[in-house]
Order: sequence, then C-alpha cells, then structure tokens
Amino acid sequence: MKALAGLLLALLWLLPLGQEARAERLIASVSNHRVTITPDYAGEELVLFGSVERDADTPPNRGPYDIVVTVSGPRMTMLTRRKEKRLGIWLNADSREFINVPSYLAVFSNRPINLVASAEVQRRQQLGLNNFILTQRVGTDFADVVPGDPFRAAFVRLRTEHGLYREASNALTFLTPTLFRVGIPLPPEVPIGTYDVDIKLFSNGALITRTDTAFEIAKVGFEQFVAEAARRHGWLYGIATAIMALMTGWLASIIFRKD
Amino acid sequence: MQIFLPIADLPVNVFLIMGMGLAVGFVSGMFGVGGGFLLTPLLIFTGISPAVVVASVTAHIAASSFSGAATYWRRRAVDPQLAFVLLIGGMLGTVSGVTFFTFLRAYGQLDLVIAISYVVLLTGVGGAMLWESIGAIIRTRRGQPPTLRKSGSHNWVHGLPFKVRFKRSKIYLSVFPVIAIGIFIGFVGAVLGIGGGFILVPLLIYVLRVPTSTVIGTSSVLTLTTMTLAIILHATSSHLVDAVLALMLMVGGVIGAQFGARASLRISGEQLRLLLGLLILAVGVRFAVELTLRPTDLFTIRALEPGP
Repeated sequence: MKALAGLLLALLWLLPLGQEARAERLIASVSNHRVTITPDYAGEELVLFGSVERDADTPPNRGPYDIVVTVSGPRMTMLTRRKEKRLGIWLNADSREFINVPSYLAVFSNRPINLVASAEVQRRQQLGLNNFILTQRVGTDFADVVPGDPFRAAFVRLRTEHGLYREASNALTFLTPTLFRVGIPLPPEVPIGTYDVDIKLFSNGALITRTDTAFEIAKVGFEQFVAEAARRHGWLYGIATAIMALMTGWLASIIFRKD
Repeated sequence: MQIFLPIADLPVNVFLIMGMGLAVGFVSGMFGVGGGFLLTPLLIFTGISPAVVVASVTAHIAASSFSGAATYWRRRAVDPQLAFVLLIGGMLGTVSGVTFFTFLRAYGQLDLVIAISYVVLLTGVGGAMLWESIGAIIRTRRGQPPTLRKSGSHNWVHGLPFKVRFKRSKIYLSVFPVIAIGIFIGFVGAVLGIGGGFILVPLLIYVLRVPTSTVIGTSSVLTLTTMTLAIILHATSSHLVDAVLALMLMVGGVIGAQFGARASLRISGEQLRLLLGLLILAVGVRFAVELTLRPTDLFTIRALEPGP
C-alpha cells in the first residue's frame, strides 16, 4: 500500500504539466439549457457565462487568459454538390458527402485564434472553423482535407451564409480578468437537438484546462404535435391534411357563392 | 408576422406565403390548372427545402382545385363522364410515373430529367398556345369565324373505335385517346411533381376538341382527385407534408381561385389561352435561362438522412 502511494506520488512528481492543469478550474453555464421552438420562434440568443477559478497552485505570474468556445449542434450527413457546364447546360456534376458533421458550429474567442495559440496547437485542439475536422467521403475513403479544399470551403461558406456556421474572434468578453461572457446566436433555421458547448482555457499559447456544458433545442406544443404526427402516423396525417384541404376549398366555394 | 413551420423547420412570413397562395390560386382558378409549376419555384426561392415544397404544394393544389371545381360544377361547366374516363387513365399513369421516378432516382439523373422536361414541356406547350391563340384573335378581329371548333371538323382522333357520347361537352369520340391523355398526365405529374393541368387543358382543347366551356371545370376535377391522392402518398412515404405551410397556402389559394374563376368567365376563350400561353412560356424560358446561365453559386448543400 505504501509502495503504491509512493509510486503515485512519484508519478505526480514526474507530471508537472498534469499538476499545473489542476491549477485553474473553468466554471460555465448557459442562460437557458432548453430552448423551445414555439410558432413565433425566429431566432434567439443564448448567453454563456463563466469564470476562471484560481487556487493556491496557480502560478502567480500566469499571463492573461484566452478562451475559445466551440458550440456544435446535432450531427448530420450532408451532400455538397458542384455544378458544371456540360453540353451548354449547368448541372450537378461532382459531389462530396460530409459525414456526421455538426449542423450548427460556432467558434467564439476573446481575440483572433492565431494570437491565442500556435498553428500546431490550433490544429490539435481543433480551434476555429478551419481546424475543425469535417469528415468527407471521397470515393471509399474517409478523410478531412486541407482547409483550402473547394468543397470544404464551399460547405463552410454556405453554412455561414445561413448563420449555421460562424466564427467570431471578438465575441467573448472578459468582464474581469477571470469572469467572461459570450452570446451564442441561434439562427431562425435552427437544427433541433442537443448542442455541445466546449470551453477551452489558454494562457501563453498553451491549453490549461477545459470544460463543457450543453443545451437542447426542442419543439414543444403544437409544433411538436405536428412533427410527431407526420413522422409516426404518416397515413393518418396525410388523410387529415387532405380533409383539411378539401374543407378549405369547399368552405371557400360556399362563402364566395353568389348564385 | 413570422410563424415557425413544424416540418420545414424554419420561420416564414405568414403574409408572404398567403400572398403567394393568393396569386397562384387566382391563376389556377382562372385557367383550371393547379398552379404547381408556378408555386413550387416561388416557395423554393423562400428557402424551404424543395422536398417539403413539392409535398406540401399538393395540398394547396387540392384545395384550390376543389374550390374551383365546386364553382364550375354549379355552373354546369364540368363533364363528369369525361372526368371519370380521364381519371381511369390518370391513375394508371400515376402508378407508372412513380415507378419511373424511383428508377431515375436510383440512376442518379433525376434532377436533370426534371429540369429538361420542365423546359421542353413549358416552352412547347406555352409557345403552341400562344401561337394558336394569337392566330385565333387575329382571325376574330378580321371578322372571320373562329376556326377552333367548326362543326364537322374532325381529326384522326375522331376516327378511333369505342366511341362514347360525352353529353355535357357535346362531343362524340373514342375512349382510347381520353384514357391515353389521362395516362400521360398522371405519368408526367408523378415524375415532375406537378398537377399537369397546364398540359391537360391544351390537350383537351386541341386534340379532343372539348369546348372551352367544360374543359376547365373538368380539368379541375382531375387535378383535385390526383392531388388528393398525392397528399396521402407523400405523407405516407416521405413524411414531408407541412400542414402549417399547406394551410397558409390554401387559405390564400382558395380565395384567389374564386376571383380567378370569376375573372375567367368575363374574358373570351382566345384571350384566356393567350394569357395562359404567355404565363407558361415565361416560366419555361425562366427555367431554360437558369439551366444555361452560370449560376451565382456553383455549390449546393443537401441534408441526407442522419448518419449512423
């Protein structure tokens, strides 16, 4: 027993980085853990608050903190197609499948990611849209390709145009040297499901610690009822819609009847 | 005023959608066409996914053609016999069209076939209608009698056997061409996701020589039946019929259809055909231009089923 304790102690001694990683603790929470989609939903903004807790082990000369927050929505497989001109007609020619990529992806930081960490750390920690791994199926291979790949670039650009992907290098603000806040804008066209919020703390270009939290976007009430009915009882739903259509048409012909 | 669509998963402006329904409903009431060829591109332009649009538009077409059909029925402008025979063909055509659709999708060239068919059908039908109606209007202006339905004017279609007397339309012809037209409309409708009224109306007028007085009402009845079937088929197979979207469209649509049906009774058949021809041709040209001009964005994203 004593030997084991000694071994553990020795191990801890040999891992100064691991010890240092416990020197700070990140605490964070979003303003609303369950966003409900009601008929009047047209986009919303959540707020993430957090604080960096220091303790006795924190080196006193620790430089200013940097934080990178990555919010990723439910994963989906999406097809990106490129049109080409053939025989005078523009048609979809080449395509790439993006396998299980986040339907919503937002990266927020307090200053440009290039200043937060080196390119190597950025790549390893998947910081920013350019470094986030978006797996593509190219023929039979699965791979993420260079950020300059035209399909990847087009995919990120189109998602960004719809407010579904975003990167804001000044969105996160430090209220005090250890207290921070960031707004998470949700677009009107928001995917339903669970969203993971990953928060990473850096100092002098090195990752110190990380934490995560989550929130959920769900349909409730009428919206949920319609969506569930359509999915589970397609046959009945179809008949109900058909009856609704015929009733509407019939009512109109009665109301507008002149003769 | 924004409202969130439960199936399409995005908010839309209620008045914009109802306005689109109203405008397209007016057109469909006026010409007895479903208006799907107009409404589908309009809705896709608002950002709703094409699959949801195609499935939901069927409900709008059913509602506005029912409203139109009821009005025409009371005015005795529907030929029930003709509608019934067309429907037999229509059902057969729909089944074979759905089979062909599945085959094309497996082959991977569905989009191209749809786009080219749209261009060919719309510009062909629109151009022919425009040409014919301008000729008819010029002849009327010159004081010549309209040549469209001279008594005793028969084409080869009228020489076929199994003749039936369609009383309301005052025509006497074989059931074969009627069933054949029904099959063609059902087939094209299933493959292209449209009601097919804009092809049916000219076919009835020019090939079967059905008088303009019953052609629109009869076409409405056929459109109503096939689209009601299509709602149920779409809801059962793809689950993409958005009832909220459909309701907004149909409320606008049925009101528009009433005014359209009234307006059509005030203008002559030639003018009606001229207007419809122009409209169809315009949509066809727009599709053709879209195919040949370099798109503003070469890339598109389509969501597939959630990965494993």
